[in-house]
Amino acid sequence: MDITLTLNGKKITDQIDPDLTLFDFLRSHNCYSVKCGCETSNCGLCTVFFDDTPVLSCSVLAARANGHKITTLEGLQDEAKEFVGFIADQGADQCGFCNPGFVMNTIALLRENPDPTDDEIRQYLSGNLCRCSGYEGQLRGIRSFLDSRKHK
Amino acid sequence: MEHKNYNAINKSVRKKDAMQLLLGKPVYTKDIAPENALVVKLLRSPHANAIVNTIDTKVAKLVPGVVDIFTWEDVPDSRFTNAGQTYPEPSPYDRLIIDRHVRFAGDVVAIVAAENEKAAKKALSLIKVSYDVLEAVLDFRKAKDSNILVHPEDNWVAPIDVGGSNKRNLVASEQSEHGDVDGVLADCDIVIDRTYHTKAFNQAMMETFRTYTSYDRYGRLHVISSTQIVFHVRRILSHALGIPKNMIRVEKPRSGGGFGAKQTAVSEVYPAFVTMKTGRPAMIVFTREESQIAGSPRHEMEVRVKLGANKNGKIRVLDLYTLSNSGAYGEHGPTTVGLSGHKSIPMYTGSLEAHRFNYDVVYTNTMAAGAYRGYGATQGIFALESAVNELAENLNMDPTVIREMNMLKEGMVMPAYYNEIASACALDKCLAHCKEMFDWDKKYPVRDMGNGKVRCAGIGMAMQGSCISNLDVGSATVKLNDDGTYTLMIGAADMGTGCDTILAQMVAECMDCSVDDVTVFGADTDASPYDSGSYASSTTYITGKAVEKACTDLKKRMCSIAAGLMDCNEDEVIFDEGKLRRINTEQSVTITEVGNKSQLNNDIVPQASASHSSPVSPPPYMVGMVEIELDKLTGEVTVLDYMAVVDCGIPINPALARIQAEGGIVQGIGHTLFENITNDSKGRPIESSLMQYRLPTRLDMGNLKVEFEHSYEPTGPFGAKSIGEIVINTPAPALAHAIYRATGVWHRELPITPEQIALGK
Repeated sequence: MDITLTLNGKKITDQIDPDLTLFDFLRSHNCYSVKCGCETSNCGLCTVFFDDTPVLSCSVLAARANGHKITTLEGLQDEAKEFVGFIADQGADQCGFCNPGFVMNTIALLRENPDPTDDEIRQYLSGNLCRCSGYEGQLRGIRSFLDSRKHK
Repeated sequence: MEHKNYNAINKSVRKKDAMQLLLGKPVYTKDIAPENALVVKLLRSPHANAIVNTIDTKVAKLVPGVVDIFTWEDVPDSRFTNAGQTYPEPSPYDRLIIDRHVRFAGDVVAIVAAENEKAAKKALSLIKVSYDVLEAVLDFRKAKDSNILVHPEDNWVAPIDVGGSNKRNLVASEQSEHGDVDGVLADCDIVIDRTYHTKAFNQAMMETFRTYTSYDRYGRLHVISSTQIVFHVRRILSHALGIPKNMIRVEKPRSGGGFGAKQTAVSEVYPAFVTMKTGRPAMIVFTREESQIAGSPRHEMEVRVKLGANKNGKIRVLDLYTLSNSGAYGEHGPTTVGLSGHKSIPMYTGSLEAHRFNYDVVYTNTMAAGAYRGYGATQGIFALESAVNELAENLNMDPTVIREMNMLKEGMVMPAYYNEIASACALDKCLAHCKEMFDWDKKYPVRDMGNGKVRCAGIGMAMQGSCISNLDVGSATVKLNDDGTYTLMIGAADMGTGCDTILAQMVAECMDCSVDDVTVFGADTDASPYDSGSYASSTTYITGKAVEKACTDLKKRMCSIAAGLMDCNEDEVIFDEGKLRRINTEQSVTITEVGNKSQLNNDIVPQASASHSSPVSPPPYMVGMVEIELDKLTGEVTVLDYMAVVDCGIPINPALARIQAEGGIVQGIGHTLFENITNDSKGRPIESSLMQYRLPTRLDMGNLKVEFEHSYEPTGPFGAKSIGEIVINTPAPALAHAIYRATGVWHRELPITPEQIALGK
């Protein structure tokens, strides 16, 4: 089947199998930031924006994206650069495999709630697993980004 | 302890790869493997113990896109081990690439190579296998000397005698004793005799096992794999495939986590075999299910502790017996078990008069275990620390006081740790520091919150090692570039921990330059100097020392080149604030000038390599304290605060050391409260997805607080010891202790789930 969608700002048309997942579609379109950690919608690694809503691309059919706007971390480099340095300063990037999904969902959080409390951050990102960092460093990084933004 | 103003170490610099990782750049195995690679999939046995009677691949091979299918009839018949260990490996040679005799539910029956994933999966469903199903050994307590043998074959080989015998289901066995254990036990006022049980927890690193293979332009096998052990993988593939090591190149790109799982060559051999047979590039990516059911998890262990003490709390004797379940294959079986005693008993050196440590490691028809952060120490420390907490509660003593009375202190000789001297030990300071930070005296008493909930606290201490003494080899090559910067080449594998960065910090410290002026290359068997790999808490301590040695040599070489430029003797030249200066003169040359000279009419190579091994393995130490709130009706445990103080010597990068500690603690909380590994009555694993194998989320760990007490390890680089493994060891005993405080029930089996708490068993 044919689908047309806007991927990271560019309109593309492609012929796909109806059972192709959005995850596989995105990887085949060079969006290598999108990672798979579980295949069962439990880890958050494959988070991308469907229109502007974060979704788990391993559990969305590519066909559903027809006529919609899909955004991956490749399309949000500038917005990500604003705060990921603060995560790096904590050393909380670690192996990095969960980072793209975590960064995408953090962008979604900050768009929705520009000044979240620590508990709101934990709650919003609770579906983004990280096996390395123990989460606390990621929280410190987001917190220090928010603090720096306030003091600007 | 040494206090110095450092230039580059003891600083929280960013990891060198941080921005690439955080911005999602394509740096992992699957991101860099070419698209045209054959997709490799494995058909796995549904039976725990069976012989493949017939296997028919004819129909499966007709699926469009299927290139070939391999079965037991196609593979070499000499046995090897997948364990990433120094040769000759302590782990038995008990594997074939595909064995006709499958020994756990998940063992490989066939390898499918196809042009695409769909075709490969279709072929899997069309392979017809008939099995002769055999009775399986599933309970590791019944495995030793069972009449069902997991490895009855005659070509089973143990490269080193570790007390094992395949005719007894025994991977390894040992007895050791110091002092008159039975005599002291008989003379004690109180003997705590308890048995503790831990499961085969999965590392569950976010990136599952995966490997890409192809033939390079010289016709050699080029392996790109997410591994901790490039050099061991080269040897393992050479053994398994029967090709010379010099025809194999193994490299590691960025790795999505390992925690020990990737210290075993779990995935490498399958695409390598496909490339060898078909001549084509091949790639395998384990599904999460495969990683869960056919990975390389922690060894399930049962540890019996007999602890003898006086009424006043003096711990006089420890007697440990560990039974370890290696599963269907013996990877890391003979070695993990040792740590359950060797890295628990020495913590009580302060008062011990005698100790005994015996163990058996057995085969069963369950998933083969391997290396997981903590490597046996985690299991032993859960047991021993719980027994010490049981002693304290029994004597109605504060468990911190009992530890203060008995613990190891700096300068002591440790009879239970190869008679090594605790040359750098701030364990006592860690305890005092943690007690104050946590406010132990206030949080230890049980507090009924009046709403069915109880708050209370628990404690655990830990140690680990830094390297395998007299065995691990770390190496580094440092070279000067013509722009005055340096390149550090290593064979250690950064799996996210930041070892590339901390080793670069050491180069910067030695060469008095910025960390940004050090480029790191690794790990690649063709270009890296030999390194055992990143495991056994060895990289900072062993490879770090090699870096220091290589830098010392490089400086000498640079002084020689500079002497030529300044027309003087090399012993007149010194390193001084980023320049090479002729002593007692104003004459100096820049590093860049030396770099440029090295490329013009020069016969002194501006490069140095060094290797390092250590006769000792200095332990890091740690104290962890947890405060929980327990719901007495539902058994739910909420972690409120987890606080810990670590002595890792001088931390090379405090931010990264802290993240290691925080990450390790959360993994420890996971396997204590949520993560479980069980099999059904036929031996089939239940927790085959992350839906069933519940990893801790950021809502499960409460507030973490980690601080450090510094000791100075004289044999380590800049006083450093290790950090990576010890940090997983304290949550299990601390949480089990807190849960006892809340409920009056000791849970001696992990995990401790709400159901078990609510049922009080």
